[in-house]
Amino acid sequence: MRPSARITLISTVILLGCLVTSGFVLHHLDKLRSQATLEEVLYISSPKLLKRLSLGYDGLLADVYWTRAVQYFGTKHHLGSREYNLLAPLLEITTALDPHLTVAYEFGANFLAPPPPYGAAMAQRAIELVEYGIRNNPDDWKLYYNLGFIYYTELKDYGKAAQAFGRGSKVPNAHPFLSVMAAQMAQHAGELQMAQMMWTTAYQSTQDPDVRANAITHLRALQVDQDVTILEQLIAIYRQKTGRWPSSFSDLQAAGMLRALPLDPLGQTYKLVPGGRVEVREPDEFPFITKGTPPGYVAPPLKFRPSDRGPS
Amino acid sequence: MAAIEILGLEKTYTVGFWRKRSQRALRPLHLSVEEGEIFGFLGPNGAGKTTTLKLLMGLVFPTGGSARILGKEINDPWVKAQIGFLPEQPYFYDYLTANELLEYYAQLSGVDATERRQKVRDVLQRVGLRDTGSTQLRKFSKGMLQRVGIAQAIVHDPKVLFFDEPMSGLDPMGRREVRDLMEELKQRGKTVFFSTHILSDAESLCDRVAIIHQGQLQGVGAVADLTSSVEGQVEIIWHGGAIPASVKLLTAECHVVGDTVRGVVREANQDAAIDTLRREGLRIISVTPVRMSLEDYFVRKLKVSETAAGVSS
Amino acid sequence: MSVRIFHIAANTFREAVRDRVLYNLIAFALLMSAAGVLVGQISIGIERLVVVNLGLTAISLFGVIIAIFIGISLVSKEIEKRTLYTVLSRPVHRWEFIVGKFFGLAGTLLVNTFFMAIGVFAALLYVGHGFQTGDGWIGVALYFIILQFLVMTALALLFSSFSSPLLSAVFAFALFVIGSFAEDLRGFAGMAQGLSRWLATAAAYLVPNLSSLNVISSVAHQQPMTRQLIASNSLYALAYTGMALCGAVLIFERRNLK
Repeated sequence: MRPSARITLISTVILLGCLVTSGFVLHHLDKLRSQATLEEVLYISSPKLLKRLSLGYDGLLADVYWTRAVQYFGTKHHLGSREYNLLAPLLEITTALDPHLTVAYEFGANFLAPPPPYGAAMAQRAIELVEYGIRNNPDDWKLYYNLGFIYYTELKDYGKAAQAFGRGSKVPNAHPFLSVMAAQMAQHAGELQMAQMMWTTAYQSTQDPDVRANAITHLRALQVDQDVTILEQLIAIYRQKTGRWPSSFSDLQAAGMLRALPLDPLGQTYKLVPGGRVEVREPDEFPFITKGTPPGYVAPPLKFRPSDRGPS
Repeated sequence: MAAIEILGLEKTYTVGFWRKRSQRALRPLHLSVEEGEIFGFLGPNGAGKTTTLKLLMGLVFPTGGSARILGKEINDPWVKAQIGFLPEQPYFYDYLTANELLEYYAQLSGVDATERRQKVRDVLQRVGLRDTGSTQLRKFSKGMLQRVGIAQAIVHDPKVLFFDEPMSGLDPMGRREVRDLMEELKQRGKTVFFSTHILSDAESLCDRVAIIHQGQLQGVGAVADLTSSVEGQVEIIWHGGAIPASVKLLTAECHVVGDTVRGVVREANQDAAIDTLRREGLRIISVTPVRMSLEDYFVRKLKVSETAAGVSS
Repeated sequence: MSVRIFHIAANTFREAVRDRVLYNLIAFALLMSAAGVLVGQISIGIERLVVVNLGLTAISLFGVIIAIFIGISLVSKEIEKRTLYTVLSRPVHRWEFIVGKFFGLAGTLLVNTFFMAIGVFAALLYVGHGFQTGDGWIGVALYFIILQFLVMTALALLFSSFSSPLLSAVFAFALFVIGSFAEDLRGFAGMAQGLSRWLATAAAYLVPNLSSLNVISSVAHQQPMTRQLIASNSLYALAYTGMALCGAVLIFERRNLK
């Protein structure tokens, strides 16, 4: 007369058993196929065909691929990888599906172009990607900025960088720095201040936490390079004057050459190494620095400080 | 052993999505049906007849009470093999032929594979659908579907049969055939429990009836008892055109049509009236007990229950 | 007991076959495979790729459509047309009814897939002028597609046991789309924080994991399938189907059939 208690009990037990089983198997499957969704991009020989097949839902599909790209990079980054093979295809598919997804071009400029472990070392592909972005979004000044960025930072082609900044400066509502950088780049390629201005603009023009962290890290490195250069110059002058190396920075202070103890951008004092060299105490904290590292130092895999990723 | 025992079976539905109202479809019902009976379950539409049948078939779960068929609980699979059910206005898989449908049902009822084909043939013959075995059910008329319905209810030779409005939608020929079938089933010793709101069918067929109204049982008993328990009256018809004075006193009513007089007297005064008429030399044509028709009993019972309930459901 | 399940399954199969909709879909799928041959002639060098991709995708999509459209009415149609009453008044347990219906539709899809697969292999033979050793993996892809059908059928049946056909179709279709991105969903859940992480993870694990059952593009490139993957997928499909069926049984067991 009532629903059978026996059936209810058996079904519930089986249901719970199946639930637990499916959970475990899924966990296992995810390990088996950790790269599966990503490696599939290698089979998509024609992003344009994919766009047609998505039956008008290309925006959503673009978002899926974009999220996969970010996840891919973040996972690899976390593991300290030195190769990012799938980043280019992922970004190319994303932008083919949605050419107006400007964050993708920005991401490409920042992380496709640089050499490992900072990026995928595909500067040429990064340029093609951003040029494609510019063709589809000619009024977005940031894309010209991204292009110039790649030429400046990775390819050291200051002429082309100046061109890119110049094109961008003509766009209505462009950031005023663009014309400045175009001019200065043409004149004074490679200067420290130029680089600082570039990275500051990069930081200000984006909301992407990875790009921001990258910019701050570079700025710190530039600061360190600048500090070390100046300090080593002061030490050389001291040596010239007194005929010996200073034993510590207090000597320089006593000689009136320094007002206060020099601190690195993270607040630690610099080390004065015998022989007139200056080093940072913790080189690992300063990716990208070209001065102030001990001899034979090998930079570890790139890691961003969480606080640098900025308020989200 | 009673074929069907209903012990306080009741059903209350909760209706409504946001504010739940309760709707009492069936108040606690106590009823028992003996083996070999044809039992009529009467009531107007919405009285609770179909609800009762669904409860007995295990299609709906009761809010209270229980029932037994052939001495066992309803959901016992053994019981289910011994009963046959014809729902109201049945509909069957229209993509099957009659043969296929009955074979399928026979399979589900556990009829042995060796006997199936024969039983299907037999039962189609019995309901008068002998040559339609290979016709698809979508081509069947309403009457034919009703007969297929009866066929599927009896194909596995059950002991107890439950029919919900078996005569509905049938023409007089069809109704006659169904009545004959039910009589035949009784001859074979089956118990038949059927619901209907057509009283004349019940009157002629049933051994006993129950009347249900607004979910509540109003009366149970043999038709004869129910209809004759109220007034014991006798109708006397005589020729002669005259009404003797003493007879006039005894009659409740008198009709004169030409030479024939029809008078109704109380059963107790029957002999006195006949003697008087004889003495007067009037020729008595017939003396018949007057029964209230089942319909009168029915309507009267319904009125009583309605006034009792304040004429609201 | 098991005999009755077989009879119910056989009757469900018979109903699907006599339902002319099935014939149309088979014809359409065969047509699609033929179209694949045409496309292969236009895009030189990747004919086999196109035939496998197109053919398997068509089988997968059409099968899911059949699974959903027939599955959602498996129970609700019987209740609506009241054909269920005469079945349940017989010694048939309610759970036997559910299981029988499931096997009936699953069997239908199996037969359907079989014929469509022949079509795809025939087209492949024609276009590729013979089979290559890598083509064997197509069989595995077909097996996974069938597992996908089992999962979707069980889900459709679950919805059918308590919901109207329209709502059931919407739910089932939605779960199909979300399930196809289940691996991404689990990835997103991993990146979320706090309460939304819990909710997203729960959802990601409850949604049918159809993305790992879709190996069409890999198989088109003749990539091998590992034994581990086959075993895991089989176990998962079994568990998920079991879950959905138990849900259907639990609901149907206590349903009042008004």
